[in-house]
Amino acid sequence: MCTTCGCGTDQVTIDGKTHSHGHDHDHGHEHGHDHSHHHDHGPAHSHAAGVGAERAVAVERDILAKNDEEANANRRFFTAKGILALNLVSSPGSGKTTLLVETIKRLSGDLPLAVVEGDQQTSNDADRIRATGTKAVQVNTGKGCHLDAHMVGHAVEALAPPQDSVVMIENVGNLVCPAAFDLGEAHKVVVLSTTEGEDKPLKYPDMFAAADLMLLNKCDLLPHLAFDADLCEANARRINPSIQVLRVSALKGEGLGAWLDWVRSAAREARGRRIRSSAGMGCGAACTCAETAKA
Amino acid sequence: MHEMSIAESVLGIVEESARRGGLSRVREVRLEIGRLAAVETEALRFCFDAVVRGSVAEGAALAIDELPGTAWCFGCSRTVPVEARGDLCPRCGGSQLQVNGGTEMRVKDLLGT
Repeated sequence: MCTTCGCGTDQVTIDGKTHSHGHDHDHGHEHGHDHSHHHDHGPAHSHAAGVGAERAVAVERDILAKNDEEANANRRFFTAKGILALNLVSSPGSGKTTLLVETIKRLSGDLPLAVVEGDQQTSNDADRIRATGTKAVQVNTGKGCHLDAHMVGHAVEALAPPQDSVVMIENVGNLVCPAAFDLGEAHKVVVLSTTEGEDKPLKYPDMFAAADLMLLNKCDLLPHLAFDADLCEANARRINPSIQVLRVSALKGEGLGAWLDWVRSAAREARGRRIRSSAGMGCGAACTCAETAKA
Repeated sequence: MHEMSIAESVLGIVEESARRGGLSRVREVRLEIGRLAAVETEALRFCFDAVVRGSVAEGAALAIDELPGTAWCFGCSRTVPVEARGDLCPRCGGSQLQVNGGTEMRVKDLLGT
């Protein structure tokens, strides 16, 4: 375990390089401050006065506070540069990488894009992205089941995305663990494919609760499947009444126009946040990005 | 198994808090975990026991206070108790519920010497 920065595993690699912290750990953006207060309540169960008496120490700290601080640092970086960061989450095999490749092909003339690929092993997905001419950084989590904000901070450093670009973060294929880890993204986008069950939102509710958009992928296969797309949408809305749903086929291109419009609109909002925060107007969201952007 | 990451985060907070609080041994760590937080408490206990080895909290007991889940029911226009995401409203049977409590994951306090 890396004790320099506290990252959870020494198995993480970014573009094949071990995440060893030989560098000075300068992210180009500051990490959040620790506002926790530690009140020493003094002897709680002391049977005898003096040394060795058991004491209680109040902590009152969110367990994922460190990840959240790093996620906020990533978010401030994205805001200051007008970057739209999307965190794509799904089961393995839902078609995330195909969706990314087809999205890149259609948007690359419009919007600068860059990709962070997360997988336990191999650089296959980053290779597929790079084949489109788009810059991609592969994070291998080793045995890790999710990306965290720290890994993404380093990957984005390596990626050096330009101002007003779109950074797509393809999380490890896993419908459970990535739900809990904020990466600093503007939106989680959950991809569910029609070859899975329509009850997946009920079986894995945390991910659907955390997502702002669900892409129902492989809809070209619907005529051949017993999958009830309306029921699937209803299940997603039962978990998250405000989730948006788009039906697409990444492979055949059906429905991708609405998804591209959604990305363009979100990218305009990200650019707007940059302009407002650089003018000291705040981004309108409940965050501290304006203060940091000015600093 | 993101419980391993969570256990490592708990240990980081415990080590820092023990240092600040002047504890050289931690005997008990108390957590508050909401019913709707994405944490399997038995997996967390297993991971906690593994990650604290060799630390100031080696062998420490893990006490977990479970906090209730609640959601805003759009039908009733009020907060209602829920056991799990996707539950129907216990008052009106409606499915338009937005979770508004029970996702907490906090280190509450430590006991030690």
